[in-house]
Amino acid sequence: MSKAIIKIEDLKREFTMGSETVRALKGISFDIKEGEFVTIMGSSGSGKSTMLNILGCLDQPTSGNYEIDGVKIKDLTKNQLATIRNEKIGFIFQSYNLLARTSAIENVELPLLYNSKVSTEERRKRAIEALQKVGLGERLDHTPSQLSGGQQQRVAIARSLVNNPVMLLADEATGNLDTRTAYEIMSIFQELNEQGITIAFVTHEQDIATFSNRTIVLKDGNIIQDYKNHNIQSAEEQLAKLPKENH
Amino acid sequence: MRLLNLFKIAFKAIVLNKMRTLLTMLGIIIGVASVIAMLAIGEGSKESIRENISSMGSNIITIRPASASSSGVRASADEMQTLTLKDYEAVKEQATFLSYATPLVTGKGQVINGSNNWPSNIYGVNPDYLKIKVVDLQSGSMFTDSEVKTASKVALIGQTVVDNVFPDGQDPIGQMIRFNNIPFTVIGVLEVKGENTFGQDQDDVVIAPYTTVQKRILAIDYISQIMASAISEDDAPNAVTEVSEIMRIQHQISHPSKDDFSVQSMEELISTFSSTSEMLTLLLVAVASISLLIGGIGIMNIMYVSVKERTKEIGLRMAVGAKGADILMQFLIEAILISVTGGALGVLLGLGSTVFIEKFLNWPTSVALYSIVISFLVCAVTGIFFGWYPARKASALDPITALRYE
Ligand SMILES: Nc1ncnc2c1ncn2[C@@H]1O[C@H](COP(=O)(O)OP(=O)(O)O)[C@@H](O)[C@H]1O
Ligand SMILES: [Mg+2]
Repeated sequence: MSKAIIKIEDLKREFTMGSETVRALKGISFDIKEGEFVTIMGSSGSGKSTMLNILGCLDQPTSGNYEIDGVKIKDLTKNQLATIRNEKIGFIFQSYNLLARTSAIENVELPLLYNSKVSTEERRKRAIEALQKVGLGERLDHTPSQLSGGQQQRVAIARSLVNNPVMLLADEATGNLDTRTAYEIMSIFQELNEQGITIAFVTHEQDIATFSNRTIVLKDGNIIQDYKNHNIQSAEEQLAKLPKENH
Repeated sequence: MRLLNLFKIAFKAIVLNKMRTLLTMLGIIIGVASVIAMLAIGEGSKESIRENISSMGSNIITIRPASASSSGVRASADEMQTLTLKDYEAVKEQATFLSYATPLVTGKGQVINGSNNWPSNIYGVNPDYLKIKVVDLQSGSMFTDSEVKTASKVALIGQTVVDNVFPDGQDPIGQMIRFNNIPFTVIGVLEVKGENTFGQDQDDVVIAPYTTVQKRILAIDYISQIMASAISEDDAPNAVTEVSEIMRIQHQISHPSKDDFSVQSMEELISTFSSTSEMLTLLLVAVASISLLIGGIGIMNIMYVSVKERTKEIGLRMAVGAKGADILMQFLIEAILISVTGGALGVLLGLGSTVFIEKFLNWPTSVALYSIVISFLVCAVTGIFFGWYPARKASALDPITALRYE
């Protein structure tokens, strides 16, 4: 019986635009347990990003309860939310969101700059370790413009790992990548998950979901399916099956 | 620790935008440089006026006739005959804050030596005059008290007179000259003093015993001025008060508003002139401050652009844990770094142009330390003031809104 990292209950999010109200989430409840790799699926506009942003404490629900790692989010101040984002969550975006003209290592160090408990040496050490984990140990000083899309996303993953979060949240992290690179990224996520990191991965691609152990499907702001995956594919194996590229 | 990190972040942002930062700084640089240069010019001219006036004798006190403000018809000071030798004697005897005093009678006339002649001024004084005016002799000697008593026809002349009536380079000592047809024996030549602050040639002068000038040249028995020197510069104000009181008793004046004389110290003269140059300095500084203000607005403008441009970056920083205060500090530090660096460069440029002005334009300058300190502080404050609003705006952003910003 592993503990729940995330607990949400009747979560609603409404956007008011002038006189119109968009109900992006219409009362969602589920738990994510420690060590789970959950993919959140659904067509465009179904509310996936809205939900993930709330899970990542980037956005607040209109109503409902949200608890991460035993902390109730509802009553927290802006600063406390920032600390949660800093210490408990690793967020990965579709468009990488790396700082331009800034080296990979400095990009990865960024979250630790806002954590006064981490010294300069410690920060550097942990950034290097994180980059090694994603296979970029040799590219520490490369800037985003000197890296491919896949490599940039690896830097972003390293950045999300560097603060030892309880949870990784990825919003269409492979959306901008070709299949081969996407599988490479997925194999990294699988490896991280095997090491015990909990992951919520938003995607609208069916094949990506086969790499996770649970899938939640959203439609128009409601959960329409939530099932365990009993036939988990290995991203590494799938990668080997792909037709070889010509070099 | 955290602050140091924010410094690093701000510094990096500046380095990544070198050219833009430099252009932003330009306003501040020019502003500070001009404040410093303007103040240096103002201070310099004030000091040179002070030095110039002081060189005429900084503890000199002059007593002149003046029309009482209550009397109906005003006569010009030259025509007034209210100052007498009795006044001089009273002042000389009673004043305790004075070290030297002399009566002064002045006249204009023609100095003639053979076929050379030259229009000049004659000052009738006693031997104390040289000590009051702090003038030395190039050659010869001063006349004595007994020569004053006997109204001897002896004179000392300034270099300008020497140049014009002894053009052949002959030694004037012992020679005979005529002033308004009265023969005088030249017994001394005054040290060269050059022009004074008012552009008068201080070497265009003939000095003789006041008795001689009164009787033989002007045929008067009053005197035009009493000149004295206070024991020290600090005692000058006391001397002025004391002399005024003595004079009031002499002239039986009941109230200062009815004074028929004026007593003035050199110190007062200096402050009169300093205050005009202070006005000028103030004006220059006002103009320079405006350019500093414009520099500040430049910073605000660039910080606004910077916040707009980096909205997405701000969103990302917040997403990975930056607090509002961190973002605020980051942009504030950036603004302060720009303005303080600009200030430092401005100080250098200001000092440089001051040296240039001194060397090539030959204007007297004097850099005041306070002008550097003040303009530096103003820069830091400008940075905080004009950086605050954009920084505040950045820190108030909502993480998700900022991240979505295109
Ligand atoms: N900031 C917002 N303001 C207004 N409507 C929004 C906003 N964000 C999302 N929405 C709306 O909420 C719904 C869900 O959006 P989103 O969560 O981005 O969908 P998905 O990520 O599944 O494609 C959409 O209809 C979208 O238009
Ligand atoms: Mg989305």
